Amino acid sequence: MMLIVLGVFVCGTIWTVLFSFTNIKILPIFTPKEWIDGFVGLANYRRLFNTDRWMSCPAITHIGMADWRFTCTGALPNMVTYAVLSIAIAVSLGFLLAVLMDQKIRAEGVFRTIYLYPFALSFVVTGHVWAWIMSPEYGLQASMRQLGWDSFSFGWIADRKMVMYAIVIAGIWQGTGFVMALMLAGLRGIDEDIWKASKVDGIPAWRTYIQIVIPMMKPVLVTIFVIVTSGAVRIYDLVVAITDGGPGISSDVPSRYIYQNFSANLGQSLSASTVMLVAMAIVLIPWIRMEFGKKSQA
Amino acid sequence: MKNWKLAAALCASVALPSVAMATDLEVTHWWTSGGESAAVAEFAKAFDATGNHWVDGAIAGSSDTARPIIISRIMGGNPMGATQLNPGKDADELIKAGLMQDITDLATKEDWAHILRPASQLASCTVDGKVYCVPVNLHSGQWMWVNRKVFEDNGMAVPTNYNELIAAAPALQAKGIQPLSLAQGWAIGLLAGDLMVAVAGVDNYVKVYKDRDMTIAKGPEFTKVFEAIAAARQFAPADKIVPQWNEAVSLVIQGKAAANIMGDWAGGEFAVAGLVAGKDFDCLPGLGLTPVLDTGGDVFYFPKNADPAITAAQLTLASTLVTKDVQVAFNLKKGSLPMRADVDLSKANDCMKKGLEILDHSTAVFPSGSQMIDRDSLNQINDLLNEFFANTDMSVADAQAKFAAIIEAAPK
Repeated sequence: MMLIVLGVFVCGTIWTVLFSFTNIKILPIFTPKEWIDGFVGLANYRRLFNTDRWMSCPAITHIGMADWRFTCTGALPNMVTYAVLSIAIAVSLGFLLAVLMDQKIRAEGVFRTIYLYPFALSFVVTGHVWAWIMSPEYGLQASMRQLGWDSFSFGWIADRKMVMYAIVIAGIWQGTGFVMALMLAGLRGIDEDIWKASKVDGIPAWRTYIQIVIPMMKPVLVTIFVIVTSGAVRIYDLVVAITDGGPGISSDVPSRYIYQNFSANLGQSLSASTVMLVAMAIVLIPWIRMEFGKKSQA
Repeated sequence: MKNWKLAAALCASVALPSVAMATDLEVTHWWTSGGESAAVAEFAKAFDATGNHWVDGAIAGSSDTARPIIISRIMGGNPMGATQLNPGKDADELIKAGLMQDITDLATKEDWAHILRPASQLASCTVDGKVYCVPVNLHSGQWMWVNRKVFEDNGMAVPTNYNELIAAAPALQAKGIQPLSLAQGWAIGLLAGDLMVAVAGVDNYVKVYKDRDMTIAKGPEFTKVFEAIAAARQFAPADKIVPQWNEAVSLVIQGKAAANIMGDWAGGEFAVAGLVAGKDFDCLPGLGLTPVLDTGGDVFYFPKNADPAITAAQLTLASTLVTKDVQVAFNLKKGSLPMRADVDLSKANDCMKKGLEILDHSTAVFPSGSQMIDRDSLNQINDLLNEFFANTDMSVADAQAKFAAIIEAAPK
């Protein structure tokens, strides 16, 4: 059983990587002879990184220090923007909420349920709701203007420079509660004695959190980091529901690029998948080393 | 005694339907939008009038959803009476497996080869000299839809072509009306394709897409095309682009937008809204610039069935679908063109008359993009055009160069 599962995983991955070097188009091919006949070297990767939809960066001279925005555009930089922002914001917001919940407040269960509720919704539902809220024609902007605030403007999902931030908002709304729940579990795992000791020493609570509790929560933090990052790397449904890659192709993400090339140019799909595989490995390998490497060191 | 009566009644209820001439025929299709279901109801009405019964098997979603369901039912030995299906690879495999009813005899008897036109439609239904499906309509993508009221109410002349619309655009914007409504994705590709045909002409369009003539793709003819696309971009800004084609058409119907460029299926939406062609709205084939239409269409197949009553009903349906009255009634609701040249034109609306006239006089066969170039390149062109619309920094020269590069790299 283990061998079969491992075989399916490994073979699928190897096939993906190997056949990303061929001119495979619509029908999948499997034999070594077809692989040799169709071998095109790095052509798929060359095309991938020459495609504006995947990644397009202005010439180096144009990048000034004053421009704080991500200067590259395309699916891959969009994913990086989404990953960095959603990790930074969801983790800090989730931690803050968890700390507040940890103050032995009344009706904690009610709050916890409310914060965790968005996580129970699928990205498709979340996406559609946020698409309505953020739509300049029907949503927040239209309501505010109807109330008389004529200068109010919130059209991020129609603005190609801001659209990824609009998607980040929806992603954070959905994911923060989950991060909070994990953080809260981590906080509850901290020994009460540590709190007592720090109180005796007269250390303020905020310093205890930053200098003692957070370092002790390292395993939980790493797990959260891996879960949120891998969620960001494979983001697809949220983008499809909110903008479907628009305006134009400015909110495209790798999964969407892979999916859309699947029925027209499999080679492109496979090379893009391989790039994402490498990206995932970069995220996961430090975690694997940290989680499983300790035993061998001991 | 009581039981005996009940049993008799039950027997009768089972036996009677088979005694009567009526046969239930299940028909599957994927026509579910407002205009489409109104059109399909015309088929059902006409078929019921023959003494049979149309059992509607509409499958929600696009052809991509419906096609696998239809094919798996036929393959699995649970065939429907008749079904909409695209002629091509899928249907050919079913025909080769002997799962489709051969209707050649009916086609010969009713002389379809002469009453149905253009010949390309019946040809796509014919495999090895045998007819397997009925073409029911002709669809074309080169239409501009103009709301006349918008112009008349504002004291402006109703444009008769795309250039006049663009000329009138600043005045429309000053009145708070969007000159051109647009949907994202393939609708932008359709608009650009229509402009290529209308501005550069059919010959140049075919030379670029089919013969890969790079001097034309990089030349002044296509610069004009991209300038026309840039004009459209100016009047359909990114925040006004809607997700679906029927929403864009609806903006024109409501008078929020002055015009839309869409295939003839948009006519169905106007009809459902109760608007009259020539009075409330105008339809301009070839965007009013070059009167040309490409020709695609819908067809019905008849899966083989063990029951002879059903086979008879299938032939009745096939015959009904191409009768004159049914052709006019269906196509008026659908917004497409009838297959027959000899229909009663008094019932035809303005759009249908214009389309038929082009069909009667045009001899040039005008293939669609997917017949000339691979899907991968078409997708890339679509991406480029979508980006061109969203990114106003992209220049005409830049877009044309990128377009030419895609054409040049496309496999022959």
